Amino acid sequence: MTGPNGVGKSSLLRTLAGLVPPAEGHVRLEGGTEELTAFEHCHYFGHQDAVKPALSVIENLTFWQAFSQSVTPDGFTTGRMAPADALDGLGIGHTARLPAAYLSAGQKRRLSLARLLVTPRPIWLMDEPTSALDADSEKRLIALMNGHLLSGGLIVTATHTPLTLNKAQKLHLEPARDHPAEVPA
Amino acid sequence: MSGWVGALFVRELRLAVRVGGSGVIGVLFFLAVVTVIPFGVGPDLNLLARIGPAILWIGALLATLLGLDRLFQADRDDGALDLMIMAGRPLELIVLVKCLAHWMATGLPLVFAAPVLAIFLNLDPVAIAAVTATLLAGTPALTLIGAIGASLTVTLRRGGLLMAVLVIPLAIPVLIFGVSAADAAIQDPVPFMTPFLILCALTLVSAVVGPFAAATALRFASD
Repeated sequence: MTGPNGVGKSSLLRTLAGLVPPAEGHVRLEGGTEELTAFEHCHYFGHQDAVKPALSVIENLTFWQAFSQSVTPDGFTTGRMAPADALDGLGIGHTARLPAAYLSAGQKRRLSLARLLVTPRPIWLMDEPTSALDADSEKRLIALMNGHLLSGGLIVTATHTPLTLNKAQKLHLEPARDHPAEVPA
Repeated sequence: MSGWVGALFVRELRLAVRVGGSGVIGVLFFLAVVTVIPFGVGPDLNLLARIGPAILWIGALLATLLGLDRLFQADRDDGALDLMIMAGRPLELIVLVKCLAHWMATGLPLVFAAPVLAIFLNLDPVAIAAVTATLLAGTPALTLIGAIGASLTVTLRRGGLLMAVLVIPLAIPVLIFGVSAADAAIQDPVPFMTPFLILCALTLVSAVVGPFAAATALRFASD
């Protein structure tokens, strides 16, 4: 999903995540687990990292694994990854025992990303996932995203940089020409 | 089902007792309020013994309010609240567990500190026991009622003052029955159990109303 700043990319993602009620219409998911709502199938990876500085890195991650419900409908084949493995895979395994306050912005971002790996959920809603990441981490992120797509997952992502994803569809948002002031931020 | 409740409870307790948590600050504030009042009203021991339970209760109310504004706001500021709403867990239960952990970290230390501070106020042993019992039964209600205020003001910067204004009127019944139960234990003809049982009932009612009201407010707050 691309588009100029303020056109509503983040708002659309937050609507899909069930955090903002839609002005009209509803969000429906086909092929999911029946008793769960659409947004309970989703991981939301937004601008905020939800990292508690007072807790250690591994405590942060273990909490989200225990707290979030894992959802694996038919056709989605990803298991639960152990928190330590997820941290190693993202290259921050050596920080596991440190308080998260000592992490840099990019490392916090990667810790937040690890949350998506330890609890399997088929849909990832990602808001500018590459922000604050270096070139190496960006490559690793793309590999993770492609891996998620291969195992039957779905990703909706807002981005300003082109991401080399398999099977990507592009949605370009433009501000409405006649009422530009009414487009929500 | 029980796994995530335990995980949330442990996380909240850790956050409360580690650097930046509000656990110890509440007790220090309680100490400050209770020690300042004898300087204000003068060294009349009989007067202090008479108003002692009320002072302890008001101190406990203010100390509880002090830490409550961060109950949901800390999680909202770093985006954790959004993830909690999406986690597929009942939000009412999340609120209840957060309140319980918050009370363990800030309310329970007040209950333990109360007997020590009661000595400053010249309370006799029966009165000390009565005040401590009423605080043990009543402070959970203060936290649970406060959670409603905390969830209503979660979107506001510096919403702590508004929260206090919202919560204090709702906390008045708890204060009335808490103090009257403690007074009843000192003055013989009045039964202790009647106001004490009403205080317990208030705590139970707020354990039901608080989480539902706070969860509703939090759902509207996420935008």
